[in-house]
Amino acid sequence: MSEFVYEVTDVAASPGPMPWQTVGPFFGFALPYDDGPAVAGAERQGAFTLSGQVLDGEGQPVPDALLEIWQADEQGRFVTHPGVFHAVAADGFRGFGRCATDEQGRYAFRTVKPAGVPNGDGRPQAPHLAVSLFARGMLRRAVTRVYFDDEAANDTDPLLVSVETSRRHTMVATRDGGGYRFDVHVQGENETVFLHVD
Amino acid sequence: MGDTAGDGGFEARRLAPQPPDESRLAPQPPDELDPPYSFPDYRSTALRSPQKALVVPPFGMTELTGPAFGEGDVRESDADLTVHGAGEAIGERIIVHGTVTDGDGRPVPHSLVEVWQANAGGRYRHDRDRHPAPLDPNFTGAGRCLTDAEGHYRFVTIKPGPYPWKNHTNAWRPAHIHLSLFGRAFTQRLITQMYFPGDPLFYQDPIFNGVRDERARKRMISVYDHDTTVEEWATGYRFDIVLDGAAATPREQP
Repeated sequence: MSEFVYEVTDVAASPGPMPWQTVGPFFGFALPYDDGPAVAGAERQGAFTLSGQVLDGEGQPVPDALLEIWQADEQGRFVTHPGVFHAVAADGFRGFGRCATDEQGRYAFRTVKPAGVPNGDGRPQAPHLAVSLFARGMLRRAVTRVYFDDEAANDTDPLLVSVETSRRHTMVATRDGGGYRFDVHVQGENETVFLHVD
Repeated sequence: MGDTAGDGGFEARRLAPQPPDESRLAPQPPDELDPPYSFPDYRSTALRSPQKALVVPPFGMTELTGPAFGEGDVRESDADLTVHGAGEAIGERIIVHGTVTDGDGRPVPHSLVEVWQANAGGRYRHDRDRHPAPLDPNFTGAGRCLTDAEGHYRFVTIKPGPYPWKNHTNAWRPAHIHLSLFGRAFTQRLITQMYFPGDPLFYQDPIFNGVRDERARKRMISVYDHDTTVEEWATGYRFDIVLDGAAATPREQP
């Protein structure tokens, strides 16, 4: 006998959006790909490493997570041509990156800082990337944004200013050597601000 | 660089409702569609579920756009998971197909669909899979394709087997295929699982039942499709997918 018994009736599916399900533990042979973490080429001016750790509610690394980022380029333009599965050109930029975490829950992308792009109301926003986090134990993705700690525009960004002051830093990457560091706290005292987009 | 379009190359087609600022920190409204982060029956959610209220962002162009895909991104053989070994993959050969549409019922063309699954014995080609079932040298279990101009996709694969996991006593996952879709925009990104009609394991699976609304849950069960079944070769299953979410569309070129 199972510990759980969920009722299964003959109710039919209603038309509508497909629900989310977890990415599960076994995506490693299917989703990550060579050069996936390279959003920008190594020789592109201003390219840096955006890296960090994904941590669970006890502060332990999440070694089986997948992160994806999507962003504008230095001029605030979005890539509209295909090519995310191909090696990025040395000075190229493709806007999208995918990276699985390692045994220590670490990830690293190579990218550039985007220009700020306006929001739906036409109001200016500080430079930011969009992030999706997928993992076993997450029935749906978690979404956040990465801002940068050396941007004065953060003080007037419509999303950042709408968040409690004490939590804003969870969406802001900090300078780390020549790059930036951004840890994701899935749960706990320092829980990252997650966004409702789905 | 020359291939990028400026912000002015897009127009927002359906902007998400913009709540007043003070409501952005309100508790998450009940969501009949997607499973909750916290679902104790699925034990791994305990330490991996965000507990604080989600924030509704003022969507910007970053969320309303997404990567584009083209013919060079996939090979035709990527959509047939049974032809990558020296011999025939073992198991029940099936065709899985369907149409991807947006929330307004419009087809989503030229969009990436990725799939991965266990083999007929319920074993994944993954280092961490410890299920003592055989690997099939002729079945990789991963594929990808693009939707066509009408939003249609099609894979040839092997019906996956159920497999045990340690979530609860004698726990078995119903047979399923994982699907990952991009849609037109970051807001339309979806990872889900496709199930098979009549699976006897639904009643004890907390992942399938994590979608609390039964009518929405049933959308994840594919439909046997005799019109797609190919005589003397493979049976067919239909799995249509609606991707909700606002998106910006490239402006028509004059």
